[in-house]
Amino acid sequence: MSDRYLNLVNSPIGSAVASRVGLPHPAVLRRYKAGDPPLPGPAIVGSTAGAVPTALTTILTKAGIEVLDSLPEGAKVAAAVLDARTVASPGDLGGLRAFLQPAVKALAANGRVLVLGRAADGKNVGVDATRQALDGIVRSLAKELRRGATANLLWVEDEASLESALRFFLSGKSAYVDGQPLGLGAGEAPNPSDWERPLSGKTALVTGAARGIGAAIAGVLARDGAHVICADLTAAGEALAKVANRIGGTTLHLDVASPEAPQRLLDHLASHTDGLDVLIHNAGITRDKLLANMKPEQWDSVLAVNLESQLRINEALLGSDQLNAQSRVVCLSSTTGLSGNRGQTNYGATKAGVIGLVRSSAAAFAKHGASTINAVAPGFIDTEMTAKMPLATREVARRLSSLQQAGLPIDVAEAVSWLSSPGAGGVNGQVLRVCGQNLVGA
Amino acid sequence: MNTRRAAIVGGNRIPFARSNGPYSRASNQDMLTATLDGLVARFGLQDERLGEVAAGAVLKHSRDFNLTRESVLGSRLSPNTPAYDVQQACGTGLETVILVANKIALGQVESGIGAGVDTTSDAPIAVNEDLREVLLEVNRARSVGQRLKALAGLRPGQLVPSIPVNSEPRTGMSMGEHQAITTYEWGITREAQDELAAASHRNLGAAYERGFFDDLLTPFLGLARDQNLRPDSSVEKLAKLSPAFGKQLGEQATMTAGNSTPLTDGASAVLLASDEWAAEHKLPVLAHFVDAEVGAVDYVHGDRKEDGLLMAPVYALPRLLARNKLTFDDFDFIEIHEAFAGTVLATLKAWEDEEFCRRRLGLDGALGSVDRTKLNVNGSSLAAGHPFAATGGRIVASLAKMLHANGGGRGLISICAAGGQGVVAILEGAK
Repeated sequence: MSDRYLNLVNSPIGSAVASRVGLPHPAVLRRYKAGDPPLPGPAIVGSTAGAVPTALTTILTKAGIEVLDSLPEGAKVAAAVLDARTVASPGDLGGLRAFLQPAVKALAANGRVLVLGRAADGKNVGVDATRQALDGIVRSLAKELRRGATANLLWVEDEASLESALRFFLSGKSAYVDGQPLGLGAGEAPNPSDWERPLSGKTALVTGAARGIGAAIAGVLARDGAHVICADLTAAGEALAKVANRIGGTTLHLDVASPEAPQRLLDHLASHTDGLDVLIHNAGITRDKLLANMKPEQWDSVLAVNLESQLRINEALLGSDQLNAQSRVVCLSSTTGLSGNRGQTNYGATKAGVIGLVRSSAAAFAKHGASTINAVAPGFIDTEMTAKMPLATREVARRLSSLQQAGLPIDVAEAVSWLSSPGAGGVNGQVLRVCGQNLVGA
Repeated sequence: MNTRRAAIVGGNRIPFARSNGPYSRASNQDMLTATLDGLVARFGLQDERLGEVAAGAVLKHSRDFNLTRESVLGSRLSPNTPAYDVQQACGTGLETVILVANKIALGQVESGIGAGVDTTSDAPIAVNEDLREVLLEVNRARSVGQRLKALAGLRPGQLVPSIPVNSEPRTGMSMGEHQAITTYEWGITREAQDELAAASHRNLGAAYERGFFDDLLTPFLGLARDQNLRPDSSVEKLAKLSPAFGKQLGEQATMTAGNSTPLTDGASAVLLASDEWAAEHKLPVLAHFVDAEVGAVDYVHGDRKEDGLLMAPVYALPRLLARNKLTFDDFDFIEIHEAFAGTVLATLKAWEDEEFCRRRLGLDGALGSVDRTKLNVNGSSLAAGHPFAATGGRIVASLAKMLHANGGGRGLISICAAGGQGVVAILEGAK
């Protein structure tokens, strides 16, 4: 559903009124459209070490981004990229302030601040404290940025996925990812022959694909070149067929919580595909009740659909010959799993459980032909479900993020599709929040 | 000439709805288009040019002269897919499958869809025959005077529309009344009919419960299961119903609304292809289409017992079995369309009647008994309902899936049709 407040404050009169009385001013976000360049303008690039590594400049230049080493007089930049991997003592952090202060002032609407750091490794307390400080800087800066601009942090342990990550975070695909750190490690992360269709030739399966976020994920995976098997309950088959026909995919009626689901899935893959490359565990239900009033069946059904099904299907796939090498699994978590939510002890259990699942099984997937498994945790996303919320609650919830608006299903889908791409092979066992830096929780 | 067996890749249908129920405002074209689109979605046929789509409806509006082609154009199939309409009463659905399978067998097409649809809710209503004559006269008139003269022929009684009736033009009797005679003549008991009806509901309900239809249907207009299905149906409950047909038989009347199929709306479609086409599209082959035979009886002038309106399969099947050198024992599943429980039971009884089989079928003895554990094991029309032209596709797709799950084997289909016709066919499961 449309965000009337966002539309209003972006009209000439609404904008004037909102700024005078100090109302929130959500921006119209720059979202990716097919054919868009990764960045609509130049990027200022710096390094706490002085010279910017050539590898970094090369990646950006190859993506068609104009790289500047000093700010242009009176002109805006679309992004500020700072390589802070060398910071080792608190005194080094002043370099961030020195670089970011003028850069942020010159940042265009929907600009991107991207900081590259290294994660603390327990070897030296001074170094670790300094490295961890980057997280606080980026999260705080993200809350200061306005007009749709975002700030994010990449913990770069290995550069395998650096190119792919830079392209994602600078582009409109990351519009609703804000104030987030993400770890980049080693892995098989081949660049696609066509960055516009990174999933070309891949077979993907999305559970819960009939509507909402699942339908959006199926659409983006198809746009990125994958053949998408859209799975959902038989009862949702009418909507599911429309999704599949819109995106050129196929349907599979599957109740993921049923005991036969893993075997039925394997049978379908064996008879209809050359193996699975991408699996998106999106199917999920809510049965909200305060713990005091929760019935066993409300508890059990949410656990069965949102968590147990994922465990059983992953186990079956890893033990079969139907999961291809360098496959990608993305599980839908939720900010509820990170920060909790009143009335959602059952749902919160599953969404936190998914994070545990992802972290714990990353090694097993890495062993399976350098595959990966990650989670995406959406924040407040406008869907049919949130459309049913009371108006006031919805309006408040929408503004409770740094971007002062709800995300769209497409925002979640873009993050999922990026984590599903070959180039993201260095991202494994991670949780990426797509929440506009939701002010609630971690 | 070299021929090959057509492969049955799969099917799709919408749940069948009771007349004037959830689909009451859906036209044949709406239902057929949705069914084709569900098939397209299941097998990824978007923008695919198929060899042909053959489909039909028994109750059809005159505006639907190109029903199938219009449905293809409204679907996600390539608009370059040709289509044509078929009408053979309740045999329509199976006949479309035979036609497409034969073209594949001859190498004329590589892929195609056989389908059928019917609505008894959105049925065509024609103007009164007298009114039609007046209107045509007005149309022929060349002057105002002639027109006025023709219009003077209008009478209030002509406003009564001509509503289609489920009756045979040559006898004026409904199908149910015809079957009531056959049921009586063959001595089929009320209990046997109610048992068959209860089994149909029980089997169909169980099939839904174990997810048998998950890859055979796509919900439509909010309906996800056949509306007529009563899984808790029982012989005791069915025994309480009053006779609906053959009331002139008095105490001997046995046919009720429970052991007869209700008027139903729905559609079904079957995807057929050559083995090569299926492999190229990475699609499974469930079964192969082996052979078919169509028969007809002279129900107008023939014997009251042996030439009943719905008895044609009795005569068609022995010819099909003989041609393929098969007996009932060679089949794993036998699907006999349940127009009425009495139809199925009279048909089975005729095949078991040694004297009848010698005299009328030219056999050495009885054709044989059908093992009832192989009969309609996932339910049939008594439970699912019977949207006339859609029944053939329902049976073909379900049987093909059963054979595939069985790891092979043979299946037999028998469908009776108005006009004293009957269509029978053999499928062989793919491993």
